[in-house]
Amino acid sequence: MTIPTSNAEAIGAHRARERRRWRTVLIFLALMAASFVLDIATGPSMLSPAEVLRSLTGLGERAPMTDSIVRSLRLPMALMALVVGAALGAGGAQMQTILNNPMASPYTLGMAAAAGFGAALVLAVGGLGLSAMIAVPLGAFVFSMLAAFFLFMLASMRRMNTETIILGGIALLFLFQSLLSLIQFLSSPELSQQILFWLFGSLTKATWPTLTLTTVVTLVCCIVLMADSWKLAALRMGEMRAASLGVNVRFLRMKVLVIVAIMTATATSFVGVIGFIGLVAPHIARMTVGEDQRYFLPMSVISGALMLSAASVLSKSIIPGALFPVGIVTAIVGVPFLLWLIFAPRRRT
Amino acid sequence: MIEIENLSVKRGGQTIVRGVGTRLEGGKIHAIIGPNGTGKTTLLRAIFGDLPIEQGVVRIGNKTISATGRRKLSDWREHIAYMPQDTGADVALTVLEVVVLGRLGKLSLHIDDETLEMAMDRLNQAGIGHLAGRDIASLSGGQRQMALFAQVLMRQPKVMLLDEPVSALDLKHQVSLLDVVRRETRANGWVTLVVLHDLNLACQYADNLLVIADGTLQASGPPKEIMTPDLVNRTYGIHVEVLHDRRGNPVVQPVGNIHEISSEDQISPANEGMLA
Repeated sequence: MTIPTSNAEAIGAHRARERRRWRTVLIFLALMAASFVLDIATGPSMLSPAEVLRSLTGLGERAPMTDSIVRSLRLPMALMALVVGAALGAGGAQMQTILNNPMASPYTLGMAAAAGFGAALVLAVGGLGLSAMIAVPLGAFVFSMLAAFFLFMLASMRRMNTETIILGGIALLFLFQSLLSLIQFLSSPELSQQILFWLFGSLTKATWPTLTLTTVVTLVCCIVLMADSWKLAALRMGEMRAASLGVNVRFLRMKVLVIVAIMTATATSFVGVIGFIGLVAPHIARMTVGEDQRYFLPMSVISGALMLSAASVLSKSIIPGALFPVGIVTAIVGVPFLLWLIFAPRRRT
Repeated sequence: MIEIENLSVKRGGQTIVRGVGTRLEGGKIHAIIGPNGTGKTTLLRAIFGDLPIEQGVVRIGNKTISATGRRKLSDWREHIAYMPQDTGADVALTVLEVVVLGRLGKLSLHIDDETLEMAMDRLNQAGIGHLAGRDIASLSGGQRQMALFAQVLMRQPKVMLLDEPVSALDLKHQVSLLDVVRRETRANGWVTLVVLHDLNLACQYADNLLVIADGTLQASGPPKEIMTPDLVNRTYGIHVEVLHDRRGNPVVQPVGNIHEISSEDQISPANEGMLA
C-alpha cells in the first residue's frame, strides 16, 4: 500500500522548485546583462566595463568620446543583439511547442531563407522606388510572411498533422535556398557580394528606429504568447489531450504561428539571417527550467538574448579590430553547442 | 444524461459507427466493449466532438451536436473530460503540474495553494501522490496513465469519457482506478462512458454495457442481463462460459476459438454455472 504523500510536503517541494526556477532565470538575466556591458565595451577601441557603466548611467567622470562611442555607435547594436536574440529564442520556443518537435525553428522551417530570398530579390531588381534602407527589410519581411502564410495554410487544413507542416517548412527552406542561389548565380560579382553580406546577418545594420520597432513588436508578441502559457503547456502533452482540456488546438496553433512569423520576420528583416538561436535557446530553457511556459518562455527569451549578445562579443574578439558577421559566429558556436546538448545527460526539472 | 440518436460517424472516408442510439444516465458507469477496430474509440471521440457526425444527434443536457448543428467546441466540451488512449507525454513537466493543467481554463499565472491542494488530493486519490515532483516523462506507462487520470478528475466534469484507461495498469491499479471512477461517478452524478477490453472488469464495474461490433450497437443493458455466451460468441467469435461471482456479476471464461472448437465442446446453456 502506497502511503499518501502529505499535501503540505508536496506543495512545499513545488514552491521550492518554483523558487529554483526563478533563481535560474535571474542568473541568466545577470549573465545577459554582463554580456550586454561586455558587448558595448568590445570593439576597435576597447573600453572597460566601468567606463561603459558610467557612460550608460551618466554618472561619474567620462570622456566625451567614450560617451559618443557607447551611446551612438555601440548601444543600438548591443540592444539589437538582445532584442533579436529574444525574438528568435521566443519564436523557436513556440515553433517547437506548437509543432511538438525539437527541430522546429523559424530557420529550419524556411522563414529565414524566405527572408534572405526577399532581400536578395530587392537588391537584384530594385525596390520599386523605395530606398534600399526600407526596401530590403521590407522585401525580407514580405517573403518571410509569405513562407509563414504557406505554413499557416498547411496548419489550417484539417488533415494536416505536425509532421506534414514540418515537411512543408523543410520544402520551403530548400525552395528559397535554391531561388537565392539562382539570383546569386545570375547577378554581378558586386551584387552577389552585397547579397552575401546581407545573408550573413549583422548587427551593424541596427539603427534607433529599427531597434525601436523590433523592440515594440517583440515585446507585444511575447506578452500575447505569455497570456496563452497554460494552453501552450497543455499542447505539449499532445493534440488530443490539449483538446480534452478545452484548448482549441487549430486556432491556438495558427494564432501562435502568426505571432512567431511577425516577430521573427521583423527581427530577421533588420539584421539578416541568424541561425541556431531559435533552435538552441529553447533547448537551454527546457533543460534548465522545464516546460512550464511561465518559466520556459521568459527563459527562451533570455537565453536567446544572451546567446546573440555573447556571439556579438565573440564576433568582435576573434580578430581584434575586425568585425565578423554575427550570423557566422552563431552558426560556428551553435553547432558544437547543439551537439553537446544532444549528448549531455538530461537534467530533470 | 447523454442521449444518442441514430448516430453515424465517418473516419478516413469510411463510416465506422452506424446508427447507434442509446440513453446514458448520470451517476452510472457505461462500459463500451467490443472487438478491436469496431468503432469504440470513434464513438467516444464523436461524443467529445472531435469527429464530424455523418448522421444523428448527440444531446447532453440542453446542448446538442449533429451533422448540421455543430456547436462551438469549447462550449460543447465545457463539462466533458476525455482521456485518450495514448499515454505518451514527452514533456518536461512534473506530475503535479500535469494534474494542475486539468484546471486549465481557471488558472492564472500564479498557481494558488488551493489549486495545488486540489491537485494533490486527486493524485492521492489515484494513489500516486508520492510521484508529484517527478517528471511525467520519467514515469512508466502505467504511472503516466494514473497521472493523466488524476488530471481528468481535476477537471471536475459532468461527463467523463475514458478510452481504455486501464490498458497499461497492473491488476491492483486497474481495480483502484476503477474504484475511484465508480466512487466519483456515483457521488457526483457524472455520466461515465468507458471503453474496456477486459469483459470481467466491465461486468464488475459497469452499470450498463454497450456492446459494439462492426460499428453497430449489438446489445445494451446491465451486465447481469445481457452477458451471455451467445452474445460473446456473436461479438468476438469465440466460445466462452459465463459463470457468476458471489454478487451475481457475470464472469466470462474463454474456452476456445470458434473455428477450433470440436462439436462435443460446444457450450450449451447448461454449461453456465456459478463460481464456487
